[in-house]
Amino acid sequence: MLTLYARRRLINALSLGVSILAMLFGLFWLGWILWTLLANGLQGLNLNLFTQMTPPPGSQGGLLNAIAGSLMMTFIATLIGTPIGILAGTYLAEFGQRGWLAPATRFINDVLLSAPSIVIGLFVYEIYVIKIGHFSGWAGAFALSIIVIPVVIRTTENMLRLVPNTLREAAAALGTPQWKIINFVTLRAARAGILTGILLAVARISGETAPLLFTSLNNQFWSSDLNQPMANLPVVIFQFAMSPYADWQSLAWAGALLITVSVLTLNILARVLFRQTVPSH
Amino acid sequence: MPTFAHESRIKYQHWLDIVFRNITRLAAFSVLILLLALIASLVMGGLPAIKHFGFGFLSSAVWNPVTDEFGALVPIIGTLVTSFIALLIAIPISFGIAIFLTELSPRWLRRPLGIAIELLAGIPSIIYGMWGLFVFAPLFAEHVQPWLIEKLGPSPLFGPLFQGIPMGVGILTAGIILAIMVIPFIASVMRDVFEIVPTLLKESAYGLGATTWEVMWNVILPYTKIGVVGGIMLGLGRALGETMAVTFVIGNAHKLSTSLLMPGNSISSALANEFNEAVGELYTSALVQLGLILFLITFIVLSMARYMLHRLAKREGT
Repeated sequence: MLTLYARRRLINALSLGVSILAMLFGLFWLGWILWTLLANGLQGLNLNLFTQMTPPPGSQGGLLNAIAGSLMMTFIATLIGTPIGILAGTYLAEFGQRGWLAPATRFINDVLLSAPSIVIGLFVYEIYVIKIGHFSGWAGAFALSIIVIPVVIRTTENMLRLVPNTLREAAAALGTPQWKIINFVTLRAARAGILTGILLAVARISGETAPLLFTSLNNQFWSSDLNQPMANLPVVIFQFAMSPYADWQSLAWAGALLITVSVLTLNILARVLFRQTVPSH
Repeated sequence: MPTFAHESRIKYQHWLDIVFRNITRLAAFSVLILLLALIASLVMGGLPAIKHFGFGFLSSAVWNPVTDEFGALVPIIGTLVTSFIALLIAIPISFGIAIFLTELSPRWLRRPLGIAIELLAGIPSIIYGMWGLFVFAPLFAEHVQPWLIEKLGPSPLFGPLFQGIPMGVGILTAGIILAIMVIPFIASVMRDVFEIVPTLLKESAYGLGATTWEVMWNVILPYTKIGVVGGIMLGLGRALGETMAVTFVIGNAHKLSTSLLMPGNSISSALANEFNEAVGELYTSALVQLGLILFLITFIVLSMARYMLHRLAKREGT
C-alpha cells in the first residue's frame, strides 16, 4: 500500500522536476542567445551604424543603406499585404458561413502561414525577377507581402469573431446596411486586435532573410530605387557574418542586435496592445 | 412620391452591400490563386529538370554542376534527418514546458513565462544561425562532440552515427539548433490544447486522488491526443522549411554520410547557398524542383497538422 503510494509520489515528483528543468532549458537558450547578441552587438553599436553605408572589407562603415532598404521594403510589403489580408479575413468572419470558398481559404491560409519562406522567394523569382531580368526592391517587397497576407487574415478573422453578435444585430435593427455594419461597427470594434495582427506581421517580415535572397538580394550602395537591387539588413547580416573579415562580422553582430531588438519590441508591443483591448479570459 | 426616393436609396445600399461582399470574396479567392500560382510557377521552373531526370531525380545522390548531373537524395535526406533530430529533442522538452505552464506554474508567472517562450519563437532565424555558427558550434566541437565520438563511436548500434572528427558544424548541430527553434511552436500549441481540457474532468481525477503527473498522463494527454500530434506536425513543418539557421551550421556538403557529425545539406540550405550562383538552365531548374519537393512535403505535413487541430477544435464545439 505504502510502497505503491510512495512510488506514485516519487514518479510524480520526478516528472514534475523534469518539467521544471524543461522550462529552464527553454529559458536558458533565450537567455544565452540574447546575451550573445548583447555581448557581440553592443560594441558595434555607434552613430556610424546609422549614418554610413555598408563598407568594403577593411574600412569604416555602417548599415544605413541596409536599414533604409529594410524599412522601405517592409513598409511597402505591409501596405500591399494588409488590405488584402483584412478584406479576406472579413470575408471569412462575416460572409464565410456558407459555401466552399471560406473553408478552403481558411485551410490554405493556415498552411501558407507556416509555409517555408524560401519557397516564396523562389516563387517571386520565377514570376517576377526572371521577367524583368534583375533583382529588385519591388520583388523583395512582393515576397514579403506574401508572408504578411496569411498573418493578417488569421488575426483579422479571429478578432472579428470576438466581436459580439449583439453589436451586429443592434446595428442591423437600426436599418444599417451590411457594408456599413462591417466597416463602421465590427471592424471598428476589432480595430486594436487587427492592429496587433499587423504588428505581428511586420515583426515576422523584419527578420526574414530567405525570401529576400532571390528577390531584392543586396546593394552595397545607397539606393532608393525600388527597381534596383536593394540592400536590406537580413541579407547584409548573412553575407557579412559568413565573410572572413572581422570588421564585417562585427557589423553583422550590430545589425543582428538591431533586428532582434526591433522584432522583440514589436512582439511585446503587439501583446500589450492586445491585452488592453480584449478582456482576459 | 417620397417612397420612391426612399426605395432607390435602399436599392443603392443593397447594391453597395453586394459590391462590398464581392470585394472581400475576391480577396479571399486571391489566397487560393496565390497557392495555385505558387505551385504552377515551381512546376514550370522545374520542368527542364523534371523532363531530364524523371523520377531518378529523387533517388540519385549525385550533385555535380560541372557535368550537369543532379539528384535530390542528399538534400532530401538532410532535411528529413535534421528535422527528425529536432523533433526527438523538442517533443519531450515542449511537453515539459506545456505541463509546467498549464499545471505547475504559479498564476503570476504563467504570463511572463509564456511570453518568454513566445519571444524565443520571435527571434529571426538568421540570429539562430549566427549564434549557432559562432557560439554554439565551437563549444559543441570542443566539449560535446569528442565525448560523443569517444563514448558512442565504438558502440555497434549507434557507432556509425558518431564517427569522424569534431568539426562543430554538421547534421547534428543543425538538428539541435532546429530543436531550439521549434520548441516554442510545439510548446505553445500543446499549452493551448491542454487548456481546453474541461476543468471538471481534471478535478474529478484529482478528487479520486490522482497525482499531477497522473492527471497529465492519463487524463489530459488522452483527451488532447490529436491536438498534441497536430502541434508536433506544425513544428515539423517549421523544421522542414527552416532555411537560414540551417544554412549557417549544416556545413553545406553534397555528401551522403552515415555519421551525424559530418557536414551535410538540406533542401533549403542548398537553395540558399547555390541558387544565385547557379548557371545554366538545368542547374537552376534542378534547384527549383528541390524547392517544389520541399513545398509539397511541408504542404502535406502542415495539412495533416491543421486537420488534426481542426478535429480537436470541432470536438470541443468551438
